[in-house]
Amino acid sequence: MPTTPFSPLGADLLSTLVFLPAVGALVLLFVPDGARKTIQGIGLLFSGATFAVSVLALLRFNPDLVGSEAFRSLMVDRPWIPRFGIRYLLAVDGLSLSLVLLTTLLTLSVLLVACGQKIDRFKGYVAAFLVLETGMLGSLVALDMILFYVFWEVMLIPMYFIIGIWGGKRRIYATMKFVLFTLAGSLLMFVAILFAANVNAQATGIQTFSLLDWVPAALGGAWGLTPRSEALLFWAFALAFLVKVPLWPLHTWLPDAHVEAPTGGSVILAGVLLKLGTYGLLRFALPLFPNATARYTPFIAVLALIGIVYGAWVAAAQKDMKKLVAYSSVSHLALVVLGIFAVNATAVSGAVVQMVGHGLTTGLLFMLVGVLYDRRHTREMADYGGVASQVPVTTTLFLIATLGSIGLPGLNGFVGEFLILGGVFKVSVLWCAVAATGMVLSAIYLLTLVQKVFWGPSTVAANRGLTDMNGWELAGALPLIAFVVILGVYPAPLLNLVKNSVESIVQVARVRMLP
Amino acid sequence: MNVPLWTIPALPLAGFLLNGAVALRAGARRAARASEAWRAAHPDAAHDDDHGGGDAHAAHDGHASHGSADDHGSGHGHGGAALPRGQRLFHGVVGVASCGLAAVAAFANLVPYVKASLASPEGIAPVVQHAYLWMAAGGLSVDIAFRLDPLSAMMLAFVTLVGTLIHLYSVGYMQEEEGYGRFFAYLNLFMFAMLTLVLANSLPMLFIGWEGVGLCSYLLIGYYYDKDFAVAAGKKAFVTNRVGDFGMILGIFGIISLFGTADFSFLDKARHAMVNGGSPVTVYAVCLLLFLGACGKSAQFPLYVWLPDAMAGPTPVSALIHAATMVTAGVYLVARCSAVYVLAPDAMTLVAWIGAGTAVLAATIGLAQNDIKKVLAYSTVSQLGYMFLACGVGAFGVGMFHVFTHAFFKACLFLGSGSVIMAMHHEQDMRAMGGLAPKIRQTFLTMMIATLAISGIPPLAGFFSKDQILGAAFATGHTVLYVVGLGTAGLTAFYMFRLARMTFYGPFQGTKEAEGHVHESPATMTVPLWVLATGALFAGFLGVPAALGGRNTFVRFLEPSLARVPEHEVPHSTEYLLMGLSVAVALVGIGLAWRWYGQATATSAVPSAAADAFYRKTGALGPIVANKWNVDEGIEALVLSPFRKLGTFLWRGFDALFIDGIVNASAFLVELTGDLVRFFTTGNVRNYALAFSLGVLAFALFVLVR
Repeated sequence: MPTTPFSPLGADLLSTLVFLPAVGALVLLFVPDGARKTIQGIGLLFSGATFAVSVLALLRFNPDLVGSEAFRSLMVDRPWIPRFGIRYLLAVDGLSLSLVLLTTLLTLSVLLVACGQKIDRFKGYVAAFLVLETGMLGSLVALDMILFYVFWEVMLIPMYFIIGIWGGKRRIYATMKFVLFTLAGSLLMFVAILFAANVNAQATGIQTFSLLDWVPAALGGAWGLTPRSEALLFWAFALAFLVKVPLWPLHTWLPDAHVEAPTGGSVILAGVLLKLGTYGLLRFALPLFPNATARYTPFIAVLALIGIVYGAWVAAAQKDMKKLVAYSSVSHLALVVLGIFAVNATAVSGAVVQMVGHGLTTGLLFMLVGVLYDRRHTREMADYGGVASQVPVTTTLFLIATLGSIGLPGLNGFVGEFLILGGVFKVSVLWCAVAATGMVLSAIYLLTLVQKVFWGPSTVAANRGLTDMNGWELAGALPLIAFVVILGVYPAPLLNLVKNSVESIVQVARVRMLP
Repeated sequence: MNVPLWTIPALPLAGFLLNGAVALRAGARRAARASEAWRAAHPDAAHDDDHGGGDAHAAHDGHASHGSADDHGSGHGHGGAALPRGQRLFHGVVGVASCGLAAVAAFANLVPYVKASLASPEGIAPVVQHAYLWMAAGGLSVDIAFRLDPLSAMMLAFVTLVGTLIHLYSVGYMQEEEGYGRFFAYLNLFMFAMLTLVLANSLPMLFIGWEGVGLCSYLLIGYYYDKDFAVAAGKKAFVTNRVGDFGMILGIFGIISLFGTADFSFLDKARHAMVNGGSPVTVYAVCLLLFLGACGKSAQFPLYVWLPDAMAGPTPVSALIHAATMVTAGVYLVARCSAVYVLAPDAMTLVAWIGAGTAVLAATIGLAQNDIKKVLAYSTVSQLGYMFLACGVGAFGVGMFHVFTHAFFKACLFLGSGSVIMAMHHEQDMRAMGGLAPKIRQTFLTMMIATLAISGIPPLAGFFSKDQILGAAFATGHTVLYVVGLGTAGLTAFYMFRLARMTFYGPFQGTKEAEGHVHESPATMTVPLWVLATGALFAGFLGVPAALGGRNTFVRFLEPSLARVPEHEVPHSTEYLLMGLSVAVALVGIGLAWRWYGQATATSAVPSAAADAFYRKTGALGPIVANKWNVDEGIEALVLSPFRKLGTFLWRGFDALFIDGIVNASAFLVELTGDLVRFFTTGNVRNYALAFSLGVLAFALFVLVR
């Protein structure tokens, strides 16, 4: 029986981490709607405490453990529904921990920014984000497939409301599209989970949903899948995750969802939810189905290459700020997918760094577009122009986020891009060359955005009265800016944190790929 | 005194942070006051949270850009004025001191190193100082480490020296600017990036500086951020450079796969030709990819188009970044990787041809420009072409020598033009100038020295470096390239003396009022001019060739850093002949310029295209040349316009119509099915009974008919 590490709140550390935000949402139930200060306090208290717990988890985590031990340091393992062999299994490795930290930081940032802006039904808004945080953290730390699936679907509900209630004019269309796309993918995955559990039970005689049991069994050949059924299972998983990423041509829900979502929704959607797609590929699809991974790598890589160029190209044609950033995500996440399917330590490390980096920079971009939107209620670039004189701080931060996003060396985006491209180069020079065009294209569309919104003559009178970021908004954005710089100048600690997870994933996935 | 190398870039970085933070704070306060005042004056135009459609008030208030190429005077554009004296002093002192201290730190390292290196016949080992591990993953690892070897020493020397002088110059030049603090912050950041580039011990770290200088270039070209043409030029510079960087980054991966590492130890491997299974084709490809990067940064064909537009930035920026330092980084890269280039002779030939082609192309465009800074910009492109020509024919040391001398005379020319522009109250059109020589004597004298230097008149700096380039081209048997280079030397002399003649001689062409305002610049500007002019006078003596009794110390000092190329001995008599020929060609250019423009400026009081002698003498070719051979228009029509159209098509056509068409169609299908099913499940028993009866009827009919 693994140890359950002590936590200041009585429960084990990971359970505290996951459920603390949900407790905050529960507490909010007892607060009257109009008590904005109290709601703010509770929201910040719980998201702040969650962030603190995640930092504590980082300090307690032992990154040196390898192989089957890798998940040991903070693992919680209890029976949940013993009849079906379903367990309450929470654990982290470097990969999930880095995304956990990103999630807790971004949620806190989003709530800080929300405190500084006018938002209707504020209580519900804060509660929705706290529930969402529980869903995201749960998905990241659950290693029992059923538990994972539950958290995965839990994420969907608050996001549905966030877009549907606090969204823009076409919010209903957008939120339905988002839910249906995601659900179509995840239901397939659910069927695949049940099927795989059955296969595993027949092969090993043990009814279990634990990934830690599945991977060795699948890898050792005990599952004895025919290529056909492995391919079906692989695609059932991969589709769920690729919709979430989203990989071209499954991406059209994303621009709509982003455009209609409120600021916080966009930040979390781009910052964390998309990463759960790439996380899922790394955590489940690759290790469980190495043969299918090897077989379909060229196919997925081609889709990723199309996505890189296509997303960037379409982004360059946008007039709506949020749509532009949304399409930039399509392009950047396609690069992450390419890195993952290069299946070598360099590219996959780069992919993980890029996941974190994209969460920070794109989160920031949406946050800062949100600052302008809060004042002017328009996302059209043509309604701005030359606002740098009015909002110098917003301009400066936006520029830093932009430069991070286009991979300026010294900021975080470059590290991920460089490692991904370097790893992909080893696999195929052609892929690398096509992917590297993203460097040029991202400079085109993001600098155009900066040019049209912030530089140039100030032509729109209504912008003359714009106010710059307030204290709350700064408090939300500055930590992200700090990490954009820190992770660019000194990314070694992050790379060190994820090193063993990446190597074990690559090793596992490579077993069948090598002749 | 033992000063670690990392302090050299770190000092300007500290200056950037300090200047940037203070400037941003002041800017934020100014902005808050301005927007508050505006809101107080327009209580009904509130765009506050309570109003849904703020854009309803989007009235255009006619604050449009006038779109001229005037780089100056927009400090008045957004309601700003010069900063208070105290703030100005703070920014100036921080800016100049952080750069000056970096120069001190640099020379504390340089002096002992250069002494030791010159004392030992074989040169001494490079100094390499490791700072920390930047990144490492799966066999790809990059260190942050600083390197001092002859090549970086030489770059370090003139970058810190010229950099400090231009910082000093800016104290005077920018004094009326509201963005004074921001300007110095960017300039400091540039020094940080440039010094990182120069001191890097690996290609990825060099790339930090490489893109960093590109960023500063972008920010400083767009310094007048409320001017459309300035921000457009900034973006053009960044994007064009990114096209080059696309090649550069692939080239870096190529180097890693060839040699197993991207730190400069790969150069030793290349010298011993220890290539990991790389075919000649691979080496050739890697060289071309790196050269693509160099073409972007150093403005070579076809990626030169950004540099002339970059003149939208303040003149000190043009001098520092777009003439003396940053744009030579491409030449530095090729020289740095010379050991790899010599493994691919075909790649070197291409470098030489691109260099020579760019040199002559840009020089022809320079002949017909009337904006004083544009002439100098095309001149820079042309001179950079010479440097690549040198590298391409294997004379890497000579190419770097031209980098060095060019830094002095071109920085001097740009700063001089800045002084002229200031004297003319931000007029940049040479057709409105004339007769300035007696009015701004210091500027005139220093600029004339630099003009003679760039024209290749002995014994000024440009003569020695340019002549050795031509000599190397001739000696290696590249006769065509030699002739192109020689012809370009004539063009150079022509456009430079055209500039001198139109600016300083003849009658004044502007208004009486403008003439009254002409004034010499303050000492913070003239002192740097004189220091640079001194460099333009004497820098050439560091590399006097053997034929003239010199020892070519400069090239000899660089030798340990560069690849050795077999030398082609040319008899001294031939060398004298070549020198005489290039001086003669330069004199022809000068004479022609003097004749043509002596008459032209005298006869016309109205500056217009028709008044330019160039048009009268060249007929139909004139307008095409003046319009830069229509290269920008060609790029717009062939690349940019299709790019935009296809982007819109993919979005509106593919995404919205095709993919979402399928999505919405399937949703519609589900809805339709639902509606159909709903029709049957009304919950009304009579309907069910009807359906049941119809079913029975149908079944009965079916049985009967069968």
